[in-house]
Amino acid sequence: MRLRKPFLLLGSFALVIALAACGTNNATNNGANQGAANTTETETETKTEALTGSILAVGSTALQPLVEQVGQKFMAEEEYSKIAVQVQGGGSGTGLTQVSGGQADIGNSDVFAEEKLKDADADKAKELVDHQVAVVAMATVANKEIGVDNLTKQQLIDIFSGKITNWSEIGGADQKIVIVNRPSSSGTRSTFEKYAMGTKVDDIEGSILEESSGNVRKIVSETPGAIGYLALSYLDDSIKTVQYEGVEATVENVTAGTYPVWAYEHMYTKGEPNEVVKAFLDYMVSDEVQKADVVELGYIPASDMKVSRDVDGNITNK
Amino acid sequence: MKAKNPSPIRMKRHHMEDSIGRIYTTFCVSLLVIIIVSMIYFVASKGLSTFIKDGLNVGDFLFGTKWSPGSDNPLYGALPFIVGSFSTSILAALIASPLSICASLFMTEIVPGWGKRILQPVIELLAGIPSVVYGFVGLSVIVPLFRDIFPGQGIGIAAGSLVLSIMILPTITSITTDALSTLPKGLKESSFALGATRWQTISRVVIPTVLPSILTGIVLGMARAFGEALAVQMVIGNAPHIPNSLFQSASTLTSVITLNMGNTIGGSIENNALWSMALALMIMTFIFVIVVRLLERRNRI
Repeated sequence: MRLRKPFLLLGSFALVIALAACGTNNATNNGANQGAANTTETETETKTEALTGSILAVGSTALQPLVEQVGQKFMAEEEYSKIAVQVQGGGSGTGLTQVSGGQADIGNSDVFAEEKLKDADADKAKELVDHQVAVVAMATVANKEIGVDNLTKQQLIDIFSGKITNWSEIGGADQKIVIVNRPSSSGTRSTFEKYAMGTKVDDIEGSILEESSGNVRKIVSETPGAIGYLALSYLDDSIKTVQYEGVEATVENVTAGTYPVWAYEHMYTKGEPNEVVKAFLDYMVSDEVQKADVVELGYIPASDMKVSRDVDGNITNK
Repeated sequence: MKAKNPSPIRMKRHHMEDSIGRIYTTFCVSLLVIIIVSMIYFVASKGLSTFIKDGLNVGDFLFGTKWSPGSDNPLYGALPFIVGSFSTSILAALIASPLSICASLFMTEIVPGWGKRILQPVIELLAGIPSVVYGFVGLSVIVPLFRDIFPGQGIGIAAGSLVLSIMILPTITSITTDALSTLPKGLKESSFALGATRWQTISRVVIPTVLPSILTGIVLGMARAFGEALAVQMVIGNAPHIPNSLFQSASTLTSVITLNMGNTIGGSIENNALWSMALALMIMTFIFVIVVRLLERRNRI
């Protein structure tokens, strides 16, 4: 007994200290806008000569799988083997908050920073540098039994704002429309509202709000009369893909600029990136990644786009 | 004095062990207090800034029925979520309480032998299942079932509270079982001696005696249901409206917080409004704790 006691005591102390460390760590992460000391960035800056250091990328869950996979590949490359890439989710808002607060090196976002950082935060958006690494397109999806193959912009507005409540009103089956939407703060929703409908709509009574794409697909495939929207990588046979203004949601139509419901996946840095972060971002847009990982995971390479779009939605040919 | 030579050393050692133990416990306790106080401060400071810094009216927040933070004229009414939280947790408690009370009576009064051996591990197992599993089962089994039987999409408060009721079963059952097994033996024996049947003893003697403990269990179960986020979020639908049917999409405070927290910018009004909801949840938890304390006090008499 006597021998064991000090060990027990020591063990408990270690546990308490570990817990305390976790606590403070969380507190700084959560208190994003309180401008905590930026340890990661100073660390990387001092070590840049040998191109060693660490990168913390936080934000969009839609972009997370790509950054994670490319991060692994990047660290496996011999010349970058001394760089540690860490990827966290948390949502676009968290990513933008943390990168502008300095807690993260890269903030992943589904939307332009200017769209999220408005009003009092507009200055913060100006400090951020945008790196567009991929494009994600969204298709309107519906339950297989609706009997409608094509929807116009106006029809989508009427459906999502509750003016049309039955598929028979637009030539489909006699089936009540069930809207499967995203939460109002979601980047996917703002993309869909902005480029498919051109207007924001309030949630109507009886609609369903889900954040995860997997759940959206599950509910749309099972609920009679359901309509929703999903990234192209989530489309499969269990649901019906609806045309938009007569245009099929395909990668070719998106890159050619004929299908408008798409958005860039952004990786924001605060100011110009340091060498380590820049090496990673350059790797991200290299052909090696764009032609392989990006396509493989269901995104569209940013370099394939024949059109480009700015924050106000103005489209220009490349 | 010389004869007792070893004893002062021993005493010294005992004193040292004593003080080390004392310092260690004091350190742990003060750390715990600091953590709790700072958490309360953190949530309160963020949650209150909605009203202090952003100038939102407390009444508008608590009783406003419209939640549309993204529109040109943003509104931050949290009443639909408060109503959703209360109705799901109260309904869950209503479903779970009779089941739990019967289960614990079964284990302690009716078949204390094999009944307890089989039922207790099963109920403890329920407590260990992760909430995402409950949510997924709810989405895959309960929602389609409700959709076929009742009007509506099956998603809604009914599905949410059914999932929750299974999640809070272990809480209520274990607290009731503990109370029942600590009941003085003489109480039942005197009842039987007076010629009462087992059912009369249970309904007139056992249940009234342990009622405060049963209520404690129910309140704790409701507190758990109130704070549960993930499983409910998957089956309730999350539309920011007060539903007019149990089978229509509704949302709870927790589901709105989890859906939107990551997508909003820290420090913006919308983000602060979400923290205000977290504060409301915390205040509700305090109220639940106070209720439990009051019930326990009654129990002691």
